[in-house]
Amino acid sequence: MTRLPSGGLIDRSVTLPFHFDGRPLHGHPGDTLASALLAGGVRVVGHSVDLGRPRGIFSAGPEEPNALVRVDADPMLAATTVELRAGLQAWSLRGKGRVDPDAVDERRADKGYLHCDVLVVGGGPAGLAAALAAGETGGRVILLDDQPRLGGDLLSSRVLLDGAPALDWVTATESRLAALPEVRVLVRTTAIGYYDHNYLVAVERRSSGERLWHLRARRVVLATGAHERSLPFPGNDRPGVMLASAARAYVNRYAVRPGSRAVVYACADSGYEAARDLEAAGVEIAAIVDPRPQGLAGALSGRTVTGTTADAEGLLTGVRIGDRHVAADLLAVAGGWNPAVHLFSQSQGRVVFDDTLQAFIPGPSAQAERSAGACRGLYGTREAIEDGHKAGTTAARCDAAHHATRDAAHHATRDAAHHATRDEAHDAPSPTARSGPGQAGHEAPQALSSDEPALRPPAVHWGELAPDPTTFVDLQRDVTVADLARAVGTGMRSVEHVKRFTTAGTGADQGKTSGALMAGVMSQLLGTAPGQTGTTTFRPPYLPVAFGTLAGRDRGELSDPVRTTALHGAHVDRGAVFEDVGQWKRPWYFPLDGETMDEAVSRECRAARTGVAAMDASTLGKIDIQGRDAGAFLDRIYTNMYSTLAVGACRYGLMCTADGMVFDDGTTARLGEHHYLMTTTTGNAAAVLDWLEEWRQTEWPELDVHFTSVTDHWATVAIVGPRARAVLAAVAPGALELAFMRCAETEVLGVPGRVFRISFSGELAYEVNVPWPCGRSLWESVLALGAVPYGTESMHVLRAEKGFPIVGQETDGTVTPQDLGMSWIVANRKPDYVGKRSHARPDTARAGRKTLIGLLPDDPTAPLMEGAQLIPSPGATRMLGHVTSGYASATLGRTFGLALARDVAPGDRLTAVSGSSATAVTVVDPVFYDPENTRRDGDPASPDGDAGVPGVVPGVCRAESPAAHVAARFAAASSDAVRLRELPSMPMWEVRGDDPGAGLRLGPDWWLVTGDASREGWVEVSGQRTVLELAGPGALEVLITGCPLDLHPSVFTGHAQTLLAKTPVILERDGDAFRIYVRSSYTRYLAKWLLDALGR
Amino acid sequence: MLLIDCPHCGPRDEIEFRYGGQAGIAYPDTPGELTDTEWAAYVFLRDNPKGWFRERWFHVHGCRTWFTVDRHTVTHEFRQSP
Ligand SMILES: [Zn+2]
Repeated sequence: MTRLPSGGLIDRSVTLPFHFDGRPLHGHPGDTLASALLAGGVRVVGHSVDLGRPRGIFSAGPEEPNALVRVDADPMLAATTVELRAGLQAWSLRGKGRVDPDAVDERRADKGYLHCDVLVVGGGPAGLAAALAAGETGGRVILLDDQPRLGGDLLSSRVLLDGAPALDWVTATESRLAALPEVRVLVRTTAIGYYDHNYLVAVERRSSGERLWHLRARRVVLATGAHERSLPFPGNDRPGVMLASAARAYVNRYAVRPGSRAVVYACADSGYEAARDLEAAGVEIAAIVDPRPQGLAGALSGRTVTGTTADAEGLLTGVRIGDRHVAADLLAVAGGWNPAVHLFSQSQGRVVFDDTLQAFIPGPSAQAERSAGACRGLYGTREAIEDGHKAGTTAARCDAAHHATRDAAHHATRDAAHHATRDEAHDAPSPTARSGPGQAGHEAPQALSSDEPALRPPAVHWGELAPDPTTFVDLQRDVTVADLARAVGTGMRSVEHVKRFTTAGTGADQGKTSGALMAGVMSQLLGTAPGQTGTTTFRPPYLPVAFGTLAGRDRGELSDPVRTTALHGAHVDRGAVFEDVGQWKRPWYFPLDGETMDEAVSRECRAARTGVAAMDASTLGKIDIQGRDAGAFLDRIYTNMYSTLAVGACRYGLMCTADGMVFDDGTTARLGEHHYLMTTTTGNAAAVLDWLEEWRQTEWPELDVHFTSVTDHWATVAIVGPRARAVLAAVAPGALELAFMRCAETEVLGVPGRVFRISFSGELAYEVNVPWPCGRSLWESVLALGAVPYGTESMHVLRAEKGFPIVGQETDGTVTPQDLGMSWIVANRKPDYVGKRSHARPDTARAGRKTLIGLLPDDPTAPLMEGAQLIPSPGATRMLGHVTSGYASATLGRTFGLALARDVAPGDRLTAVSGSSATAVTVVDPVFYDPENTRRDGDPASPDGDAGVPGVVPGVCRAESPAAHVAARFAAASSDAVRLRELPSMPMWEVRGDDPGAGLRLGPDWWLVTGDASREGWVEVSGQRTVLELAGPGALEVLITGCPLDLHPSVFTGHAQTLLAKTPVILERDGDAFRIYVRSSYTRYLAKWLLDALGR
Repeated sequence: MLLIDCPHCGPRDEIEFRYGGQAGIAYPDTPGELTDTEWAAYVFLRDNPKGWFRERWFHVHGCRTWFTVDRHTVTHEFRQSP
């Protein structure tokens, strides 16, 4: 047995059975898979990726290059990082993992957002001291450590502090931290990335699944320690060759003897400490080899390891030291230390080479960051504690200064304080200029003394350059010194080039133990100093991270926010097939039993052309525009005129970007003297609102105009077809007399609504609007009156038959209104509109641009593929344009299409090529149906459109709140810790301009007011948002899994507009309750997200 | 993930914002009087410095305010526009 009878940090009272390559083994709580394998006598854990050489456990931490294993559903992990658990199944690998798509994985990853004043990465002596120092100032502190318990290297050492075991100090520090309410300690948590503005990402390993933490810190203390490095000699990869620090960890922390007879290769003094601890654990020390001229007691000074011997299995049997051969089954290698500068380097700090330490250490900080302890080359425990204390104190002090500055001058000086972050970060002297304890100006935390001897500089030893095929630099990638020599021999001088050529440092371990060795060997090959050779770039992630962890809960139906209309439940019940339009789910078509898509679309189109049909048009963007200059503003934004529009009238408009290209289109109605309602395309609604806001705020602040989105406030049903008037008579009789392109505010099924007589199909049509909660009821009534539901596909066919382009389908940002044949909509007499000057540029004004045309295939059944290229004849290579829309038309009895093409005229014969198909087509005018517009008042042949409509009286609207369908699930998911419910709907208003003296302030001159207090100019938005309430002591912990905002009670006291689960919300705090005002269209999605969060 | 200081809301994550490009490019008073070259410069040409850059941001998911800041394009440091 190699397990020691006593000692270590394992719980021998509990046995954890596990399997390795099918072999039953056991370990104890406190073990890693690696320590349990060693305890079970497993020496060969896998084989190397290229050469297939047997490999054992080389390290005791995340730097492991060799011991890669498959563990349950995880395809490749380092055995040294896997906490042992009962029933674990592990398999050896040959250097490479393989994803098993059938593996059962019950774990569910998620993410969380945290904010703090001081973030300390690493819970060793420096990190603990830093966290305590910062925490005791009252600051918000987060301490991360990748191990299951705090202590860092002290877990593996027998160092005495003030004569007592160092772990006593760890335990005492832990309890002092635990007593600080603003200190959060996350163990099993590895910081993997350090990004701009002190944004770090960390992975917490939870048994239920990993959590990806997004951390924002005012100041960061990096206390990430150091990695011991490998040494080059023939056969340095054999099972039995191990880092000295790892050997020490196995005996001290895990109570496992990694061998029975050891040679220690002490290029650095840590080798002696390992020898001492191994010996204390009963490992015979056969020799200590120290290349430095003055070795310590008992060492073979000035000697080097020149080779190893192995048995038939490849296991280490002995070590060659020149002409001597020493039998040993363990070779503990102390190559010196590499400060773990990964995160520092990721923060954009430059590392510098320290000639004494023979290592790269942090240079000046690039962010509000400071490295402390071993990660900046201070290797002694006492020095680390002192340095950590100082770093923590400084961080807290700087942060307090930061707060004070902010309080004094509020926003104005934020940036100045932000700047200051760069100055004081490295106020400590260089670690090699050690000035001893109690450096001037700082109190030492305690009068701690340790029993460690002072460390001497490591040997500068990069091995022989002989082309031995078993002297490895990178064990994981099987890269040898000979490979590096070959790379340099081909003329490469840059370490980055050699890395790419040899693959050294590109394994899952990213060369943590081999990077310095590679730089050292290269400098020797090039005859330069290692500092000149440099190091390769450290990139995130510090450790391999599973894609599933990065995805978290953003998968399946929560992968992206989904918007649904008030009618969505009805569409689902009716079996609609949906298509995605932006984030919206829109009914694509409504198949009846057994119908194909083509059959359904034909039927739907026929209903719209010959009877009456209805479509959910709620997704079109709706923007309420008010102000004395609203008309003037619209005149500048649209290519045509709006200030001259009569009140009660609607007008179709195009807007262009400054380059003259079509940006969006829609119908805008004038509701009052200073009041317009703009509609936008579904996909562009947010972009158009942003566009209006940009021009108003940045170019024309003198104009009195403001915009309010009411997209979600209104549910819109388009009633289309020659018999539309009969349906309208039943639901909105007050709108019956509306002329074409007129609108009215009128009662709809007993509630205040709006009716617009506009048509996107060429038929008689009305768009009927009611507040969101009444939408479904209106829809059901319209269908009960005989309207046939149709989806977006039929809508597209109907508009294409009329030659109406769709922005984003017929246009692509390179198309002008003139290209679309819509010069009629461009008011050239206006002094200006956005894009006007560009319409006179030579390129936009020239002849020969692509214009919108119609196409008819020779074969009336041949489909025209969207995107098909148009060429003059089969085999020609001159491309004239492309098909933008292609449909089969029930009305025309044939297929047809729209296209953009140049140099063509009606009657021209072209070929449409898509893939291997070539379709002969004829160019025609793009209006295929009713070019005289005879049908927009109904069927001229049958003016009595009321015939045949069932005489159903629909009664009044039923209101249904957006979250009504999940009320029961909300109740079921609630507990004492977290309660979730939808609040009863209330009248809500958006107010612009002067402070209404009530409500939530949303922006500089923007408020949301709740209650029956409407005043002139307030925009009703009662249906726009749904209010969900998440309450209880656990509410905050739910919200931090989806809200990047700092919700700490000291910071977030009122309300904010922000994002929750990637969804725009207003979040309002009321004690331990949070009210979430979410756009009604996102309510279904957010309810799912919240229920999923509560179910965890 | 930059931390951007909205003048109304305070520091927020970059994902709440929309980038607005170079600041100080005013819409010409009389576009019709500009030459094609002058107009093309307004529409298409922007600076791309290595160093301090005055630029616009829009707090799209917050207060919906446009504002101007100076950002260092190498270090991402922000400073208040002079
Ligand atoms: Zn803001």
